[in-house]
Amino acid sequence: MNARPLAALLAVGLGLATLPLMGLPAFYESFLYLIFSWVALATSWSLLSGYAGYFSFGHGAFFGAGMYTTATLAASFKVPFLWTLPVAGLLPALLALGIGAVVFRVRRLRGELFGLLTLAITFVLATIVLNTRIDGGPGVYLIGVPIPRLVGSPTGTVYLLGLALATLSVATAKVVAGSRLGLGLFAIHDDEDVAEVKGVPTFRYKLVAFALSAGIAGVAGGIHAVYVSYVTVGETFSITVPLYVVLMSILGGARHWLGPMVGAVLITASLYLFTGGQTAVLGRAAVALALILVILLLPEGVVPASLRGWRRLRGRPAAPDAAAVAAAATAASIDRPAGAAGRFMVEAPASPPPPAAADTAAARGLECVDVWRAFGGIEALRGVSLEVGRGEIVGLVGPNGSGKTTLINLVSGHYGADRGRIALGEATLTGRSAHEIARLGVSRTYQIPRPFANLSVLDNVALAATFGPAASGAGAARAEAREWLAFTGLGRRAAARPAELNLHERKFLELARALASRPRVILLDEVLSGLNPGEIASAVRLIREIRAGGASILFVEHVMRAVLELSDRVVVLNEGEVIAAGDPREVLRDPRVVRVYLGTRHAA
Amino acid sequence: MPSVTLLGQSIVSGLLAGGLYGLLALGLSLSWGLLRLVNLGHFALAFLGAYLTYQLGTAFHWPAWASALVIVPAFFALGVGLHAVFAYFRVTEFTSLLVTFGITVILESLIQWFWTADFRRFETPYASTSSRIGPLFVPTLELLAALTATALALATWAWLRLTYVGKALRASAEDPEIAAAFGVNHRAQAFLLSGVSAAYAGVAGVFIALISTLAPAQIWSWLGVVFAVVIIGGLANPVGALLAGLLIGVSESVTMAVVTPAWAPLVSFSLLILILVARPGRA
Repeated sequence: MNARPLAALLAVGLGLATLPLMGLPAFYESFLYLIFSWVALATSWSLLSGYAGYFSFGHGAFFGAGMYTTATLAASFKVPFLWTLPVAGLLPALLALGIGAVVFRVRRLRGELFGLLTLAITFVLATIVLNTRIDGGPGVYLIGVPIPRLVGSPTGTVYLLGLALATLSVATAKVVAGSRLGLGLFAIHDDEDVAEVKGVPTFRYKLVAFALSAGIAGVAGGIHAVYVSYVTVGETFSITVPLYVVLMSILGGARHWLGPMVGAVLITASLYLFTGGQTAVLGRAAVALALILVILLLPEGVVPASLRGWRRLRGRPAAPDAAAVAAAATAASIDRPAGAAGRFMVEAPASPPPPAAADTAAARGLECVDVWRAFGGIEALRGVSLEVGRGEIVGLVGPNGSGKTTLINLVSGHYGADRGRIALGEATLTGRSAHEIARLGVSRTYQIPRPFANLSVLDNVALAATFGPAASGAGAARAEAREWLAFTGLGRRAAARPAELNLHERKFLELARALASRPRVILLDEVLSGLNPGEIASAVRLIREIRAGGASILFVEHVMRAVLELSDRVVVLNEGEVIAAGDPREVLRDPRVVRVYLGTRHAA
Repeated sequence: MPSVTLLGQSIVSGLLAGGLYGLLALGLSLSWGLLRLVNLGHFALAFLGAYLTYQLGTAFHWPAWASALVIVPAFFALGVGLHAVFAYFRVTEFTSLLVTFGITVILESLIQWFWTADFRRFETPYASTSSRIGPLFVPTLELLAALTATALALATWAWLRLTYVGKALRASAEDPEIAAAFGVNHRAQAFLLSGVSAAYAGVAGVFIALISTLAPAQIWSWLGVVFAVVIIGGLANPVGALLAGLLIGVSESVTMAVVTPAWAPLVSFSLLILILVARPGRA
């Protein structure tokens, strides 16, 4: 990771910190403090809402909770002001953890619904504060609270605290963006279900981001309490905080660590230009109009748009490491299959077990025993049992609606089974969450490719390597990802966005992503459908190579030629039940199977 | 424990206040549910309608119904115009929130520019009339508002259920591509719906002018409650919006009577939170 931006940030922070010593007038201290405060709020908001896409309108609740924590502790309990700040951060963080623990379990509560929920929580909190002894109605005065003089005046102290918090929150945003947590959050933003299946502990990551975001907002509130020195419910829990925070982040670019900061500076400064008198009213309208124009013309935000413009000006390709990627791709393509395929089964015993031990659990690979699953009144799976031995390729066929994809969804943990047991070696998979199953070594592809739309092709694959069973650090994961891209022939597309790929390339991206985690079992859901004969031939070759690496493969397929060519065994599903299993050629000649596919007349 | 009369009276006023919530929620619910546009500007439009009613009434002595005859069609046109902008820029659900927030601030500023931030009250001879049913008072204007809300909700429901345009709109909301493949011209209908939704804001505005005291900042005070109503009622469900409005209205006013007015917001928002967590599939 590049440490230069962090160093630059720190340098700017230190530079600004010297201003009060140089006798900056109090007016400017207070103006700059307001900017710092909004920078901290907007940046902290983007940790959950910008990165992971969980749009919160509840930032005012955490800001307000922090404000009232400091106000209550300092005014009523005479706790020294600086000591109240950690508590002002901790309480909102705990509040966020509590809310998240309930809300993040509800799968469909995303997008604007999450936003409204958090807004409602703000109003509930405001009502409670207003009607209890925390406030009680008249507001809380902090006039008598002593503010330590770090430099010169009390306003200097507030200025420095605001600056420190703003710097800290921007640095946090930068560090998170480059970390495992950040990669997971970006993936959650694009497709949470897939992120979970690729091994991202989505629930935990969302909680961490939410708590971090609320904690920073709370400290900002604590500092703001002494800045305003008179805290009221009406001002604190108003709609202003959540709306401004959202606007600033979106304006600057909520998915970029610098975006909220830039947005906060722009909006705070332009609002400050119009204060007092009738011009203030028109000024506000002008700011709103500018905002509308920016959002309509630069929907991704000012920072990402300018960065792109800057790169184009300098004639560099869009992705920062495109050159390195291309170099790695050519290098990797020379010793392509052997190098990549040999990396499977890192935890496997060095020598194959003797035949006598063939039915010990470890040798059995994937095992489904009497698995049932119903959706409403429809029984999608009715007592399915099947096995995929280690290094075996099992074809799963059956007419549409026979339960093939449902079975894959159950094995990968997307749904739970109603009854029955699914196991991989000695580990039971049923009852585990999808990311745990992924880490035990199960990986899958999607029939309709579901890449993370805002991550580069390389990062899509690197994510799987980062969160898979052989979890690795950022650098190693990217190196690994490049190898798998080369293996699937996508080396040259590493820097592209998934939307730029054609169907065949997207199918192979699915495959690369499934392989990059170095799984023990790979579930392939119709990887061949929609491909032309040449593409099918190369895919079949790839699947053979994957098996040669030692992984077990369960593949759902309608392309019968490929099924016959690849499968060691075939299992036929019909209406949720296994109707035949065994040698591919025999099974496909079985009258029952023919009847299911072609109707009774042909079976005779 | 309050008396039965007080309780009865609070239920009546809750139902009437809820009618206005439902009326405001109606347009919001339609554009959110069927066009996937979250229109914060709806509140500002309603208040613009209210201020226009006030202006026409006090300066030119127009009766409210005459103002309504002008405002409602004009707002329909305004809604169509706004949608032209949204459609041109392909505004999505999230950006719609931000753009309409901007529109709200602009309208709020303009209202404040023309009518100042002071409170305005539209005095009409019928403002204080009410009828008496047993021990209960029913204020005429509030009753009229609630009845209008009911009529519009039912008419909208019938429109969506029974006419081709309604069915086409619902089909497009579900899957725009499939609907288009079956020949549904979503663009034309989106303009129509956007106009209707804005016209409803106009109707609500006329009643707001008649019933309550106006101030620009009040645009924001309705926001939370009405969004709660929209969600509880279910998106694009006119009758649901009305019923949810009545439910919230009654629960608020009973809380005010039984506990204290200050605790009233707790009821509606706790209700919203519970519904969201228990049945997120509604919206």
